[in-house]
Amino acid sequence: MMNFNQWNGFEGGLWQEEINVREFIRTNYKPYEGNSDFLSGPTERTSRLMAKLNKLLKKEMENGGVLDIDTTTVSSLCNYAPGYLDKDEEIIVGLQTDAPLKRGVNPFGGIRMARSACEAYGRKLGEDIEEYFTYRTTHNDGVFRVYTDEMKAARHCGIITGLPDAYGRGRIIGDYRRVALYGIDKLIEMKTADKKKKGENFMDVDNIRLSEELYQQINFLGKLKQMAQSYGYDISLPASNAKEAVQWTYFAYLAANKEQNGAAMSLGRVSTFFDIYFERDMEKGILDETGAQEIIDDFVMKLRMARHLRTPEYNELFGGDPMWITESVGGMGEDGRTLVSKTSYRMLNTLYNLGSAPEPNLTVLWSQQLPAAFKEFCAKVSIDTDSIQYENDDLMRPMYGDDYGIACCVSAMKIGKQMQFFGARFNLPKLLLLAINGGYDNVFKTHIGPQMKPLAGDRLDYFEVKARLDVYLTWLCKLYVNTMNVIHYMHDKYAYEKTQMALHDTDVERLMAFGVAGLSVITDSLSAIKFANVKPVADEEGYVTDFVTTGDFPKYGNDDDKADMIAVELLEQVYAELCKTPAYRGAKHTLSALTITSNVVYGKKTGSTPDGRKKGEPFAPGANPMHNRETNGALASLNSVAKLPYSCCRDGISNTFSITPQTLGNTAEERIENLVHILDGYFSQMSHHINVNVLNREKLIEAYEDPQAYPNLTIRVSGYAVNFHKLSKEQQKEVISRTFHDKM
Amino acid sequence: MTKGYVNSIQSMGTLDGPGVRFLVFMQGCPLRCGYCHNPDTWEFHKGDVYTPEEIVKKAKRYKSYFGEKGGITISGGEPLMQGEFVKEVFSLCRKEGINTCLDTSGGVECDAEDKLLEVTDLVLLDIKMTSEEEYKKYIHWEYAPVIRFLDKLTKENIPVWIRQVIVEGINDNKENVLRLKEILRGRENVKRVEFLPFRKLCTSKYENLKIKFPFEIYPETSPETIAGLEMMM
Repeated sequence: MMNFNQWNGFEGGLWQEEINVREFIRTNYKPYEGNSDFLSGPTERTSRLMAKLNKLLKKEMENGGVLDIDTTTVSSLCNYAPGYLDKDEEIIVGLQTDAPLKRGVNPFGGIRMARSACEAYGRKLGEDIEEYFTYRTTHNDGVFRVYTDEMKAARHCGIITGLPDAYGRGRIIGDYRRVALYGIDKLIEMKTADKKKKGENFMDVDNIRLSEELYQQINFLGKLKQMAQSYGYDISLPASNAKEAVQWTYFAYLAANKEQNGAAMSLGRVSTFFDIYFERDMEKGILDETGAQEIIDDFVMKLRMARHLRTPEYNELFGGDPMWITESVGGMGEDGRTLVSKTSYRMLNTLYNLGSAPEPNLTVLWSQQLPAAFKEFCAKVSIDTDSIQYENDDLMRPMYGDDYGIACCVSAMKIGKQMQFFGARFNLPKLLLLAINGGYDNVFKTHIGPQMKPLAGDRLDYFEVKARLDVYLTWLCKLYVNTMNVIHYMHDKYAYEKTQMALHDTDVERLMAFGVAGLSVITDSLSAIKFANVKPVADEEGYVTDFVTTGDFPKYGNDDDKADMIAVELLEQVYAELCKTPAYRGAKHTLSALTITSNVVYGKKTGSTPDGRKKGEPFAPGANPMHNRETNGALASLNSVAKLPYSCCRDGISNTFSITPQTLGNTAEERIENLVHILDGYFSQMSHHINVNVLNREKLIEAYEDPQAYPNLTIRVSGYAVNFHKLSKEQQKEVISRTFHDKM
Repeated sequence: MTKGYVNSIQSMGTLDGPGVRFLVFMQGCPLRCGYCHNPDTWEFHKGDVYTPEEIVKKAKRYKSYFGEKGGITISGGEPLMQGEFVKEVFSLCRKEGINTCLDTSGGVECDAEDKLLEVTDLVLLDIKMTSEEEYKKYIHWEYAPVIRFLDKLTKENIPVWIRQVIVEGINDNKENVLRLKEILRGRENVKRVEFLPFRKLCTSKYENLKIKFPFEIYPETSPETIAGLEMMM
């Protein structure tokens, strides 16, 4: 049994016999059912530091979105001198490079991406780096050595887009808390023992790969220790107080960020873990509420400074420079006690103390059983800041236990026990058009997939279209899984996440996450073909380029099964098709209906659709009904989305919901109360996710026309929040055109 | 079987009764309020035809959002013009445990009134004006039936929220508030009084129907005016 002086005062248990943070939390945390009255505002020091950071953020914005780039150093754990926002004032320390908001370059995913990102901001990638990477294979090199012509073609015409084949795949959550609870030395010791044990097994390909990975994990745990040393901290042993617990955890997260430029670098579920340390220090009389909040505020300030260097094309898909530092807050324990602690409140309180902001991506795990006071506080924060999202704990807990976290927007995983192979998404409406045109892409004017005659005639026949779609779906799903297998094999080989995987169990469960975009567009299109009259319009060569749709048809988003069930069945079908092709490393297939901001780009690459959407027009985001087709009001729209089955969409179903304050109720209290009822009602139907925005369209229009008017305007878009002004004008316009429920 | 003519249905309302509510707007109204924001509900025997069961089936889809306070609100048009239908909807809602709220002008008396009130949890009563003369002039209807209906609600002890749309230059004055206070004096079933600002969001509806908007010349009522009257109340 392990024992450390740093653990004095903790209740012992299974967590001392093995690496088991969940058990530590379960045996030591204090559920909090009270209200927010105990919270502290920002200290003068916090406000001073935040003012300093705000100045830098302003400068970054004026500079075109990137403040500075270190073009001569390859980002890694120990490659930069320590950096500070203000060395004398900071409580929690550590920056990705040697200066705040200065971005590092990370060419391991692909040298071209790093090069063009530098160039996009008027800089040049250092010659030494260019030279070095001529001798080194990147993830991107590996992938393109294996990609088939068809894979390249599918990627080129955008039927599958956003694949992590040129950048870090992300969506892996290291259990950063392990460093605080056990200290680096213990973690190294455990991994070393694991490696030894693996060495006793038959050395097949899997075992050799894992053994090499373990070597790298151990190596990087050492580097993590060295990195902390450069800031003057010895993290060999467990954290001995609250400040150290936050600092140790942050170092681990920081190391992951220095090593990987993953698309989503999520934090996990740290609040209630920290709370145990806060409570212990408070009992000892060495910390008060102001001090506790100040540590959390400082920690969150650090998180808000995290940056990766991206190309403009990347920003089109994932607009607003997101990091997805997702922190999951709240939820219930399997023993029936709430996992809400005072630090859950403190975490949300940072939105008041530091001002609203998109990062960290605060995600409330909502359960019907959450304490009423906490529900009300969350609703208040949503109404005041438009900065938090909600995911259904009652739905996920039975599948992931009570120590899971959300990676990125909506991807649940057991922390330290499951990881994900991220796989972006494919374009459903484009696939429908491809099926109608018999394997001809009418935007890129190329042939791809099975070749047949385009459908023709005065009216598209639903069953004929559906039968065609089946053929193309089967083809695409196989191609998609195979493409993903190539990507993740190469990512493991050339850009393995050493730090993050060191903070996982050695035998980890893998998920492979696929996705779809344009769900509402294809649903309404199929509904139009089924219930109205859709006449295809062909060009001289006989390819369908447009549709004339006459008559009305049921539309997804009105709680009408006639349309909604088309979406349900389609998701089930996509998932079943994906599962037919085995995934790399025994991963379990998962599926999401999530678009990030790529619904704009996807729309651009897609011709006119039978639902009346014209060529180039954006899709609705995620699983959202199409803008302004929801004629029965807010709850009908929610009911439609709630029908989508999580059982086949285990990677998440994203719904972004915007409502005007006036529609939510007359008084501030009524609005809070009503929002709580809406969330309870929506989630009780076993729906998965909702982004809540409470604001008027006019405010966004003002911000669109005058970016200075609301410099910090934060809005939830699709599984994450953005600073409105960081979106492209096109993305801003799309957000403005979305449904704002305003029927009173 | 009773059928109802329904103008429209909204799955969520938070301003017509307590909590989160499912709203049904009935078709047909004999009143002609100068500020009416739903002129499309005036005509009778138009709109979608529903059975009470069909309405309740839809309402039930939203039960999970209602909490302890929310429920169904039937508005209009003037729902009392289809009192029998509303009574049946409310009876079925009662069986489902759905809170029932009637939004009415109180200006008409229907055969089903007694039975309807038995299954009504809350009445939103629009006392549009506080004198016979104003009623005739601006509402084109009688004042006395409204007071009769209010008396009935008081006698049966049915909870009521009184509402009044305030139009600057017509009823944004002290006399109106004093008269309203007088009308409501001693009525313990009156739980709340709401002054609603006159808005002109409905102008396009009038244009579409090619009807002149009678109160087009009046300005929208400011929040300050409403706050001032609330203070007086």
